[in-house]
Amino acid sequence: MDRLGLALLAIVGVPLVTCGYLVVGERLLNELPPRVQRAIRPWLWLAPAIALLGVFLVYPTIETIRVSLYGPSSQHFVGLANYSYLASDAGLRLTIRNNLLWIVVFTAVTVALGLIIAVLTDRRRYENFAKAVVFLPMAVSFVGAGVIWKFVYDYQPAGAGQTGLLNAGLLATVPGFSPRAWLILDPINNLALIAVGVWVWTGFCTVILSAALKGLSREVLEAAKVDGANAWQIFLLVTLPCIAPTIAVVTTTMVIFSLKAFDIVYVMTSGNFNTDVLANRMYTEMFTNDNFGRAAAIAVILLVAIVPVMAINVRRFRRQEEQN
Amino acid sequence: MAHEARTSTTPSQETFRVTRRAALRGGLALLAVPLLAACSQSGSASSPTAAPTTASNPTAAPTTAATAHATAAATAQPTVAPATTTSAAPTAQSASSASKIGGSVSVLATWGGNEQKNFEAMVKPWEDQTGAKMNYEGTRDLNAVLATRVSAGNPPDLAGLPGPGQMAQFAKQGKLVDLSNVLDMNAMKQQYATSWLELAQAGGKQVGIFIKAALKGSIWYDVKVFQSAKYQIPKTWDDLMKLSNQIVSSGKTPWSIGLESGASSGWPAADLIDDIVLRQAGPDAYDKWYQGQLKWSSAEIKQAWQTWGQIATNPKMAYGGKQYMLSTNFGKAADPLFSNPPHAYLHYQASFITSFIEQDNPSVKPIVDYNFFFFPTINSQYDGAVEGSGDLFGMFKQTDQSATLIKWLTTPQAQSIWVKAGGALSPNKLVALDTYPDEISKESAQILSNGSIVRFGADDLMPTAMENAFWKGTLAYVNNPGQLDSILSHLDSVQADSYKS
Repeated sequence: MDRLGLALLAIVGVPLVTCGYLVVGERLLNELPPRVQRAIRPWLWLAPAIALLGVFLVYPTIETIRVSLYGPSSQHFVGLANYSYLASDAGLRLTIRNNLLWIVVFTAVTVALGLIIAVLTDRRRYENFAKAVVFLPMAVSFVGAGVIWKFVYDYQPAGAGQTGLLNAGLLATVPGFSPRAWLILDPINNLALIAVGVWVWTGFCTVILSAALKGLSREVLEAAKVDGANAWQIFLLVTLPCIAPTIAVVTTTMVIFSLKAFDIVYVMTSGNFNTDVLANRMYTEMFTNDNFGRAAAIAVILLVAIVPVMAINVRRFRRQEEQN
Repeated sequence: MAHEARTSTTPSQETFRVTRRAALRGGLALLAVPLLAACSQSGSASSPTAAPTTASNPTAAPTTAATAHATAAATAQPTVAPATTTSAAPTAQSASSASKIGGSVSVLATWGGNEQKNFEAMVKPWEDQTGAKMNYEGTRDLNAVLATRVSAGNPPDLAGLPGPGQMAQFAKQGKLVDLSNVLDMNAMKQQYATSWLELAQAGGKQVGIFIKAALKGSIWYDVKVFQSAKYQIPKTWDDLMKLSNQIVSSGKTPWSIGLESGASSGWPAADLIDDIVLRQAGPDAYDKWYQGQLKWSSAEIKQAWQTWGQIATNPKMAYGGKQYMLSTNFGKAADPLFSNPPHAYLHYQASFITSFIEQDNPSVKPIVDYNFFFFPTINSQYDGAVEGSGDLFGMFKQTDQSATLIKWLTTPQAQSIWVKAGGALSPNKLVALDTYPDEISKESAQILSNGSIVRFGADDLMPTAMENAFWKGTLAYVNNPGQLDSILSHLDSVQADSYKS
C-alpha cells in the first residue's frame, strides 16, 4: 500500500513541487531590481535541472572514476592496477573487438537500411503503414527482443524436428542445408546478435531520416530532374548531401547505442562463445565477481570511448546554432 | 526568446503575474508534499514485504527449467535418509505457532517450472497454518541477482544460496541472520548429520541450512533399450569407454550432454569434471583443488579435463556434437534417450533430473523404463567415492513469517513433500526411506548416506569468480578442444586472483 502512496507522491508531488518552486521563486524575484532579476532568472529556472543532472550524472561519473582506482570492495587504493589488469586480459581484447564489430556493423546496417526504407516509402500511399511496421519492434524491450530471437535461432540436430524459425525456414527452402546453432558458431553469432539490434533500432533511423527527406525542397529535386539526372544520380548527388546533417546525427546516436548493447547479449548468449561486449563484462565484474574496482574501470573505458562521439555531436550542434 | 530589450515589462512579469492566490497555491503545494510523505511513511509498518525486482529476472523466460545446481561440500559422511523406523517427527519441532500471523515473505531461488511447483507445494502447509503468503521469485542467474539485491539493501527475506562459497561471502559482510536463534539447534543436531550442519556454517555461526539434497554422479539410461541391445552396466571407467565405443561402432552416438543454462551455462560439465577429479586424483587432490591450492594446469586436473574430453570433444561420442551440447538446456538433454528411435543412450546428471525426465516424457516410468547406474570407478583406491549436493537456504531479514517458514522447511514433514513428488533427497535423518516414491530415489538416498568418501561439488565451494570461470572454461573447451592449455592457464590466473579475499 505504501508503494502505491509513493507512486502517487512521485507522479503528483514532483510536478507540484517544481511548479511551486518556480511560482514562489518568481514571486520573490519580482521584488528585486530588473537588472538583478535578468541575471538571476536563468539560474532560477535551470537550478532544478542542474541539480538533478549533478546528482544523477555528474556525481556518479566522478565517483566511478574514483572507484576505478580502488580495489574490489572499494576499500584499498590500488591506483591503475585495475587498468593494467584489463590491458593484459585477453578476454577484454576480444570484448573490445566485439564492441568495434557492433559499432561498425550495427551502425552501418541500421542507418543504411533506415535510409533505404525512408527513401523507398517516401510519398507513397503505404508510407505510414510501412513506417509503422518498421517502427513496431522499437516498442519491444531489448530483453523481449532477445527472448523472441532466441527462439528464432533455436537449434536441434539434423533429423530431429527443428524448433527454431530460422533453421526450419532455411531447411525447407535451401537444398542441402544442415541446421546450425546460430548463437554458438563464432563469428556468425556476433552478426546474429547484431541482427537483433538492427531489428529493434532500424525504425528509429527510418522515422528520423524520413522526416529529413520531407524537408527537401521540391524545386531542387525538380531542377535536378530537368537537368537530366536519373533517380540514382538525384539520390546520390542531391538528396544525400542535403540530409547529410541528419545522417550524421543518426549515425552518432546509433554509435552511442551500439556501445550500450547489453540486454541482447546477456539474454541470448550471456557473453559466451566470443560474443561478450563491454557492458556485459562490466555487469559480470560487478555482480558476479563482486569486483567494483574493475567494473568501474570498464565503465571508464566505455566513457572514454564515447567522449569523441559526443564531442562530434556537440560541435555539430554548435555549428548548426551558429548557422541559424 | 525575444532579443529586443523590453523596458516596461519582462516576459516573466507578463506570464507570471503572480497573484496572491497563485502564491498561496504554490506555497501550499510546497508544504503539502512533505506532509504527504510523512503520512505515507507512518502508514507502512515494519513490512515484511520486499519489492520483487522485475528487472532481475531476464533469463527466466526462455525455458521452463531452472538449475538446482546449488551444492555444498562435506568432508565427513552426510546421512540422508537412514531412518528405517519412523517417519514421524517430534511434534515440538514441526509445530509452527498455531496463531495466524498473516503477512508475506519473499523467497528467491533458482527453481522454475516443475521444481518451483514442488517447492510451492512444500510451502503450502505453512501458508495454510500461518495464513501468510510466500512471494517466490526464481532466476537462473542467482549469483548476480542475489548479490545485487543484497548490496542494494533490498534482499529477499529468505534465499536459496548458490553454495557455501557465496554463503561465506555474505556472512563476512554480515548480511545473513544467525539461524541458531531462529531454529531449534538441539533438534537440528539430532536430525541432521554434523557435516550437513558444518557445511552451512561460516565464522562459527549457523548462517544457512540445507533443505534438499541430491546425489551427483548418476548416469541415466533407457532400461528397455539396454536390455534389447544386451549392453552391460559398466563398473569401471574403462568399461564405460568400451560400452561407448561399442555404441559408436554400431553407428550411433552414445552420450547426450546439454550445457546451456543461461548465465550459469557449463555447470553440468563442471559437475562431471568434479566427479572425475574425485575418483581419478583422489579426495586430497580434490580438497586442495577447490581450496585453490592445486593449479588447474597441474597434471591431475589437466588429466581430468582430458578424460572428460574423451566424451565431450568427440563428435562421434556426443549426440549433435558441440552445437547441440552448447545450445541445449540441461533439463532437455536427457530427452534424446527416450525418443523413438533413441538418439543417445547415456546421460550424466544428478538425481534431480528424474522430475525433468518425467515431465518431458510422461509415459516413461522409473526402474521399468529408465534407471541409473552409479558413476564407475576410475582409480580403484578411491572406490566408494560419492559426490553429493544440497540446496542451501539463508535468511537475510528476520520476520515472524521468514522465521516460521525456514523452521518449517527444515522439518521432515516439509521435506517429505518434495521427496514424495520425486527428484529430491532429504538431508533430514527423520525422513524415512519408504517416503521415497520409487526405487531410484531410494537407491540414490542410500548411496549418498553409505558412501565412504563423500564430497560436495567442488565448483560450488569455490569463490564465485572462480566458479564462473570454471563454467565458462568448460564451454570454451567444448567449443575449441585444442585450446585446453590456454583455457587452463586462464583459470590459473583467475585462481590466483579470486582466492585472495
